Amino acid sequence: MLGPGIAVAYLGLIVLLPVAALAWNAAAAGPASFVTAITNPATLSALILTLFAALIVVLIDAVMGTLIAWILVRDDFPGKRSINALIDLPFALPTVVAGLTLLTLYGPKSPFGLNLAYTQVAIGLALLFVTLPFVIRSVQPVLLELDQDMEEAAASLGASQATILRRILLPTLLPAILTGSGLAFARAIGEYGSIVLISGNIPFKTEVASVAIFNQVENDDPAGAAAISIVLLVVSLIVLAALDLVRRRRSHEETTEL
Amino acid sequence: MTSTAVTGSQNARSPSYGRRWPRLLVRSIGLLYLALLLALPVGLIFVRTFAGGLEPVFTALRSPDFQHAFWLTLTLAAIAVPINTVFGVITAITLVRRRFPGRGLLNAVIDLPFALSPVVIGLSLVLVYGQNGWFGSFLKASGFQVIFAVPGMVLATVFVSLPFVVREVIPVLREIGTDQEEAAYTLGASVAKTFLRVTLPAIRWGVIYGVVLTTARSLGEFGAVSVVSGRISGKTETLTLYVEERYSEFDLIGAYTAAVVLALIAVAVLLAMNALQSGRGNQAREWVTDLLRLGRRKRRPVAETNQAEI
Repeated sequence: MLGPGIAVAYLGLIVLLPVAALAWNAAAAGPASFVTAITNPATLSALILTLFAALIVVLIDAVMGTLIAWILVRDDFPGKRSINALIDLPFALPTVVAGLTLLTLYGPKSPFGLNLAYTQVAIGLALLFVTLPFVIRSVQPVLLELDQDMEEAAASLGASQATILRRILLPTLLPAILTGSGLAFARAIGEYGSIVLISGNIPFKTEVASVAIFNQVENDDPAGAAAISIVLLVVSLIVLAALDLVRRRRSHEETTEL
Repeated sequence: MTSTAVTGSQNARSPSYGRRWPRLLVRSIGLLYLALLLALPVGLIFVRTFAGGLEPVFTALRSPDFQHAFWLTLTLAAIAVPINTVFGVITAITLVRRRFPGRGLLNAVIDLPFALSPVVIGLSLVLVYGQNGWFGSFLKASGFQVIFAVPGMVLATVFVSLPFVVREVIPVLREIGTDQEEAAYTLGASVAKTFLRVTLPAIRWGVIYGVVLTTARSLGEFGAVSVVSGRISGKTETLTLYVEERYSEFDLIGAYTAAVVLALIAVAVLLAMNALQSGRGNQAREWVTDLLRLGRRKRRPVAETNQAEI
């Protein structure tokens, strides 16, 4: 039993113990103070902004991510391989560097004269940057494996490109698009590093949930911070569980087809 | 690449319905999006850093706080990466090869660091090891400081970078099966010898890939470390925290220089990932899928490059 013992001790000590402390602190003061902590106007506004921003960003990700995946698989142009490699950069680049990077182009010293710093648009921009790879990297392998026969058959029967896109391409890619979008959403609601410099963290305007948690820790209100954290955690667990469900249904369909 | 090569490959690949102008339009939209979101900002930070010549950059690199932050960042990675590699491999082997109660739960726990905001991870550590945390009074009595000190930063770094090695090794272990290991046992090899001579060589690409991702995450961690470190310049400040601190002190060159150092590390990681992908026998870029257990279906080797380019 050495293996399971080591694995339990490792995950228990590093992950489970802190998460248990988080849940305990959120629950310890009772449901009433939990509700008070998350319905405090500034907190509530931060939570709504976070979910709303994540939702918009994920919609853009779904469209642009699918489009870029399509270019990387079906199109061909000089430099395509370098661009393909560049897609992973947001995963490798530290988030605070991503934030600073966006500030140079869209901040007070923007060469375009386009100062978005301290606005809600800037939050969206930061989230778009850090979530860029998710949809692209989940759609790309599916598109690579997709046989073009059906599309060609549809075309030879006179279907327009719009029809082929709507009736063949999108239904096939939909599970992958949903997966990428779900992962991007879970990432976006917890994002901190890329937002903190560019958003200005103005309460009721550009303060997101992770920044609100950070401020509550600094103001020595760990119970309040734990309450917001639990809300974020529950939302992202629901999203990830929904993805698992989509995936299981899909693999079920695949096996029944055989 | 010449234009004839492009046209030639398009003829070879594009289906008959592919007309040229929508393809160009879609390509332009995609490339413009990538340029505005990714390439231009990252390029501009390099331009801004070196706009005043090399001298200010060297001054920034020589500053004691930068030096301290740089070495502290490397130290954290040097502790976190081996921990997550050794225990990650053991955990992966246990999860794939053994059946025991609570196995499913353990498997789910591995993904928790992906579902949690880094700030929340930092907070959860404060709630255990902080002054008013579960172990607070015990730690205070024994005089061992975790929060606002390096041990807390190590815990935060290990936590955020925990899933990578496990998630990279699990699919490889499933694929290789147990035949060779069983053959080794039958021939009288010990557990240790079988692991070193049979299992480890078979999973090495997964391990290396996991190590690269773990290293990148460790070096770049910001939110969790920010909460637990107290951000004391020259003491508990990592390179990412240094970037934020210099920026808020209006020392742009200092912030840009540290950011460029981190960006160069990120580029090195990307190059390593690309090299490893070809090393792994061209299993394409399914690592997002791998990492998040989406890759359960049997992987087919996918040609990453265009056939026209070969």
